[in-house]
Amino acid sequence: MLKAIGIHSVDDLFSPIPAECRLTRDLAIPQQMAESEIVDWFKQRAKENGEGYTSFLGAGAYFHYRPVVIDALVQRGEFLTSYTPYQAEFAQGTLQAIFEFQTMISELTGMDLANASMYDGSTGAAEAVMMAVRIIGRHSGVIARSLHPEYREVLHTYATHQAIPLRMVSFTDSGQIDLKELETAVGEDTACVLIQSPNFFGTIEDVEAIAEIAHKHGALLIVSIAEAVSLGIVEPPRAADIVAMEAQSFGVPLGFGGPYCGVLATKEKFVRQMPGRLVGQTVDKNGKRGFVLTLATREQHIRREKATSNICTNQALVALMANIFMTVYGKIGLRELAKQNLAKAAYGADQFSKHAKVLFAGAPRFNEFVVETSEDPYAINSRLLGHKIVGGFPLKKFYPELGHAALWCCTELTTRSMIDTAVGLVAESERSVRSMKDVEREEVVR
Amino acid sequence: MTTKHITRKATRHISQNEGLIFEKSSPGKAAWKLPPLDVPEVHTAKLLGKQERKDLGDMPEVSEIEIIRHFTRLSTWNYAIDLGMYPLGSCTMKYNPRVNEFVSRIEGLANGHPYQAEKISQGALRIMKTLSDCLLEITGMDAITLQPAAGAHGELTGMLMVRAYQESKGNARKKILIPDSAHGTNPATAATAGYAVENLKSNERGMVDVAALAAQMNEDVAALMVTNPNTLGVFEQDIHQIAELMHAKGGLLYMDGANMNALVAKARPGDFGADVMHLNLHKTFSTPHGGGGPGSGPVAVKKILEPFLPTPVVITKPDGTLGFEYNRPQSVGRVRAFYGNFGMFIRALAYIFANGPDGLRQTTEDAVLNANYIRKGLEGVYDLPYSTPSMHEVVFSDKLQSKKGVKTMDIAKRLIDYGFHPYTTAFPLIVAGALMIEPTESEPKEELDLFIEAMKSIAEEVEEDPQFVLDAPYNTRISRLDETAAARKPVLRWKPEPSAP
Repeated sequence: MLKAIGIHSVDDLFSPIPAECRLTRDLAIPQQMAESEIVDWFKQRAKENGEGYTSFLGAGAYFHYRPVVIDALVQRGEFLTSYTPYQAEFAQGTLQAIFEFQTMISELTGMDLANASMYDGSTGAAEAVMMAVRIIGRHSGVIARSLHPEYREVLHTYATHQAIPLRMVSFTDSGQIDLKELETAVGEDTACVLIQSPNFFGTIEDVEAIAEIAHKHGALLIVSIAEAVSLGIVEPPRAADIVAMEAQSFGVPLGFGGPYCGVLATKEKFVRQMPGRLVGQTVDKNGKRGFVLTLATREQHIRREKATSNICTNQALVALMANIFMTVYGKIGLRELAKQNLAKAAYGADQFSKHAKVLFAGAPRFNEFVVETSEDPYAINSRLLGHKIVGGFPLKKFYPELGHAALWCCTELTTRSMIDTAVGLVAESERSVRSMKDVEREEVVR
Repeated sequence: MTTKHITRKATRHISQNEGLIFEKSSPGKAAWKLPPLDVPEVHTAKLLGKQERKDLGDMPEVSEIEIIRHFTRLSTWNYAIDLGMYPLGSCTMKYNPRVNEFVSRIEGLANGHPYQAEKISQGALRIMKTLSDCLLEITGMDAITLQPAAGAHGELTGMLMVRAYQESKGNARKKILIPDSAHGTNPATAATAGYAVENLKSNERGMVDVAALAAQMNEDVAALMVTNPNTLGVFEQDIHQIAELMHAKGGLLYMDGANMNALVAKARPGDFGADVMHLNLHKTFSTPHGGGGPGSGPVAVKKILEPFLPTPVVITKPDGTLGFEYNRPQSVGRVRAFYGNFGMFIRALAYIFANGPDGLRQTTEDAVLNANYIRKGLEGVYDLPYSTPSMHEVVFSDKLQSKKGVKTMDIAKRLIDYGFHPYTTAFPLIVAGALMIEPTESEPKEELDLFIEAMKSIAEEVEEDPQFVLDAPYNTRISRLDETAAARKPVLRWKPEPSAP
């Protein structure tokens, strides 16, 4: 090859790099490893990573069963090792799969259409707010405090540099957004109201009432959905203008937080302001049905600095996982799956309520609930770890006013005996804290 | 005609037809089974009231074998790296090692919850720390975030850090300079970060024009975004001088790391003046493109930008264990929930382990060697607009073929018939009718020879019968699609046929 090119050594090929820019030593990184060593190294790391623990964590990342056909299919090289389907004649597999994904997401969210996916639920929510600003032409947003706190942080990062002021609206003791406060927060400058349902506490919001307030003031309503399985049994936010969803629950591994699969769905009239890739149906010159990436004039590679977003990739392979998951469960299975989640969480909340206080009881919830204990949940969790149980997510980091409250999640994979064991351990600690308090009180009395 | 130029690489074979999954659905079919409920049944209407969903509309009902066949059939309609060379310029379509897929699915890693206690997350944190250390050594930078989910997301993160840095110096400044050869995400990102974009013309060698830069650089400019090697595959030889020019007037040098595959183990951006850069783990570090994602776009910076990294960052605690640090008052904030596309970190680190220092050097050398072999093989057959030496990719133009009315996209479509994925077409914008070819290190000489043969054959076809090339492809399931109709009246979802009254 060197001879064909007409050079003597590979070094000649690097002569365009000025000598002072060249690295003349070995990189100080681990030496080359054999495949068996690589597998062994990662197996060791897996052992240090909560392998074999029972978990009650949700809070935006959910542990659901992943049918084995998902990995069997997404590991086909034709899906795994192909690029973005710009050459449509040669990529109909990916394109048709995305078209089916868009259809099922539209159907489940109650929207007219959906895009081919976004990075994740948090960036999707931020993109939805910027989309609303473009549509309405106003420059501020009203955000529910019960939106996932990390979604709020991401939104804050994006909004700061787009000069979009954000107003926060608190929640009532039912866990739902405070409608009175919302009414006063939405004004003439509001482009959108952004809520999550089920919200960060697992509580289902009254989307219609919220939509009415937003629309009355000419603002759009964006509904973020972090737990996609809820759509099997909870009425979708049909009154919303944009749905910003995280589809991780649909067959995507927890994977320590990513990659996940965000997706935006909206009304037909807003499609040209939607960021991200879209697949559309068309015909070839023989009239045969086929699919292409479409409405690309919204995107960065055509519009450059005038694009609707700088987004370039989507999460195609992760969207394919979600796609296969939705196909496996389908019309009936998704409902039954959601019902099991509902039943497990209802049982869990019921059992906890016998020994501790379950907050936000006044509104319907899906598969998460908030338990307030006498003792700091961090201390409880640290004891539970000794029993190989990962307890609920302590809320005070993001909601100091909730004190010793933690967010617990039960899915179809949480068994009754797991719930009973965890409740038993929490009850034990509650009893000992209470008896300690009794002792203190008696001492005071004496 | 077709038989004369038939390729040695590809031939036609049976391909299964397959409708949309919704067209196969019928009531009662199912591919799922739940275990019996071990807690009391709940009355959904009582629990949810008016929030209860009664019907899931047009969701499909199909059996498991139908699902397997459906997606298997669809998959066979795709081209893939696993089938052959995928020479998309700037996309670095290299082999995706299967060990990466295997290790990313090990139970404790695949099922780790992002909020599980740090005490039982040491494995994941160790992976993040080790990958970070390797990437810092490879780039010659001082600090890094793995949080951005893709290249463009990394660009945005980097630009936000530029802004935060300039603000800390008292003035965020107004503009970002971007060469006319840049990828479309660069200007889109600068705009998303609230900056105006000013174009910088390339010189006759396809490089940043230093004199033009000197004239345009002033105290309004926050940074220059440069890709090196640039999208022509050309190393910016004046990069030191460019960095000095920027720094002298308080500007920063942003490097788009899309083309790092030309540099790994041979040159480090940190050594030639870059202040902030992003990497694409799905390009340089072999994580699969998956039909358009997921990607991962870590951002590496010099010391001066470290305070502005997104939260949280991975730190080593006094007791030697690893943890996340959230208390960073000057941070630009969070750019994604949780910690980034962790599954891609595993794959990228497995790739680095499989190569080591020697393997990574060899990889870069092979990538550059392959590109130059193609350049030599096709020089004269296709017009080479810039004679500047190529690194990992080579850019031709359709100047010779367009005399016969055949454009780069037409040649690309004909290349499909020869069993190759097309190169990148019509980019970079500074080359009219560009053919941007990046073979990567993965291709053996045999595959490169087949590619050169195919490209030469197409050039002959253009001379003999241009219309024949204009009507390609012939061997695909479908011919060229009507994209105009798709955009004019978008059909973005399936709907059932209205049933007869």
